[in-house]
Amino acid sequence: MDWAQLWEIASAPDNVPIVALIVLVPFYSWYGLRQSLANDRLIAQLETDPQMAKTHHRKTQPWRPGWEREVHVWPYLLRIEFLAAIIVTFILMVWSIALNAPLEEPANPTLTMNPSKAPWYFLGLQEMLVYFDPWMAGVVLPSLILVGLMAIPYMDANPLGNGYYTYKQRKFAIWAFCFGFLILWLSMVVIGTFIRGPGWIWFWPGQTWDHNRVVFEANRDLPDIFGITSALGKGIFGGIVTLLYTAVTAIAFHKVLTWNDFNRKIYQRMTLVQYLTLQFFIITMMSLPVKMIARLAFRIKYVWITPWFNI
Amino acid sequence: MPEDLKDQNGSKKGLTALLEEVKSEVKVLKEKGVEEAKSLQDPEKTQLYKSIFRVKHDDKPRSRALGVLSNVFLHLHPAKINRDAVAYNYTWGMGGISFYLFVVLTFTGTLLMFYYHPSKVQAFRDILYLEHDVPFGKLLRNMHRWAAHLMIITVWLHMFRVFLTGSYKKPREFNWVVGVILMLLTMLLSFTGYLLPDDQLGFWAVTVGTNMARATPLLGHEGPFGPELGMTAYNDVRFGLLGGSIVDSNALLRAYIWHCIAIPLIASVFMAVHFWRVRKDGGISGPSPMMLASEIKEERKL
Repeated sequence: MDWAQLWEIASAPDNVPIVALIVLVPFYSWYGLRQSLANDRLIAQLETDPQMAKTHHRKTQPWRPGWEREVHVWPYLLRIEFLAAIIVTFILMVWSIALNAPLEEPANPTLTMNPSKAPWYFLGLQEMLVYFDPWMAGVVLPSLILVGLMAIPYMDANPLGNGYYTYKQRKFAIWAFCFGFLILWLSMVVIGTFIRGPGWIWFWPGQTWDHNRVVFEANRDLPDIFGITSALGKGIFGGIVTLLYTAVTAIAFHKVLTWNDFNRKIYQRMTLVQYLTLQFFIITMMSLPVKMIARLAFRIKYVWITPWFNI
Repeated sequence: MPEDLKDQNGSKKGLTALLEEVKSEVKVLKEKGVEEAKSLQDPEKTQLYKSIFRVKHDDKPRSRALGVLSNVFLHLHPAKINRDAVAYNYTWGMGGISFYLFVVLTFTGTLLMFYYHPSKVQAFRDILYLEHDVPFGKLLRNMHRWAAHLMIITVWLHMFRVFLTGSYKKPREFNWVVGVILMLLTMLLSFTGYLLPDDQLGFWAVTVGTNMARATPLLGHEGPFGPELGMTAYNDVRFGLLGGSIVDSNALLRAYIWHCIAIPLIASVFMAVHFWRVRKDGGISGPSPMMLASEIKEERKL
């Protein structure tokens, strides 16, 4: 265990935000989940007791009859904003006094940095480069992430959970988002920061970053495993496998959408366009973990090889 | 001139009488001065105060409401909000903090611009100058960088909160879209700023980043169907981003202009829309009363 190496990575000034992220994201996930569960308990109570549902104010916030429904922004909101500004300024001051922004040697095109890493918030994309070619990892998938995020409100046909924390009423939406945000995006940022060393080689936390290490990764393409050698054969085989993946994921996802009565009820509300868009984005999103497993566990580089592009 | 004095007053005045007159005038002035000084104890009654704030500062509901509504910096707020909407456990305050960080970044960034030349010759030296010679220059640069990193975290957490509370649902769908664009702009702002110190870190990060643009389908010279459409390293989308085929002085200037002028302006416009829509879509989303599964209404068909 090379603690010095671990400390060197964790204390690099530009990595401090990720250390902060590792603390903040679990905290806020717990903070949100705790309220979701509290709300879910109240929802369960209201569902079994229609009389209570008629009179209850339906929030877990403290409430008493006679309390005014609204409060003045001045001072009840402005004092919070003022306090937040002071706290943030204080944190920034301490942070800026304690830690210096990194400055390396002057830019030198003839001397490549190793590892040469993107800013930490793009490390997820850089890590995706291991699993997909640059046109996919650098251009198509980032665009689809953005478009997919923008499409969320238009694909979500579930009218429940509008403006309050809940898990029970939006199980699928919460799982899908947390999978994309916490597992795919943030964990890849963490992998890119803490695990990828010189040559973008996988070093476990605490392992020394050996600049001379070479990994002989005999990566194979899927058609090679099946002994397909002709270009045409590879193209057709890859196309079939990709289609197969699409079909299996689509069917599995359809099963999730029609899993129980509630899911079926929401499914009934979806338009065809909503359904197909959602399928498209889920299939695209799931291709990342599938290729991660294929690459990391089975050393498979490409599935589909054509003269124009490889996937 | 005694003759003149006689002419004006019609009679000759003694020196004592003159002294008495001056004394009485001074007394009047003194009383007036004391009175005015006393009124300053209540500065809200002064013309200066009234001209600036217009509204009385007291805890009457009307004054509180007008205090917010008649102030250009506060008028983004409504006069009153739902009592639960100020609960920190619901809001997390991340949107507001992101905006505050944007303001901090604009302020520190403007100060940094006084010391920075976007040219290959001077850029790196300017950073050294900032770090070693400019008073508080190091603090300024540190604060700009850490605020930028912090803003990315707060923007992500803001999005996470908005998702978890389902606040993107009707009628706030469009504001979520604007928010996603703002998140992209935040990351682009940070990314363009990365190159500006012109050091190894920024140079290679931007080289890695823009190399991906080579592979853009159709528009990059190494992307699928790019060469077939006549893309080369000298006319593709990466060339347009960098103003050249390598990260050099043109790229530095482009990054500078995107970073300091173009993206902040675009982001400001989107922010204005974002905040405007928060109000027009009925204020922040909640916490709203919970809806039960049995209360789902049949949706109107098109």
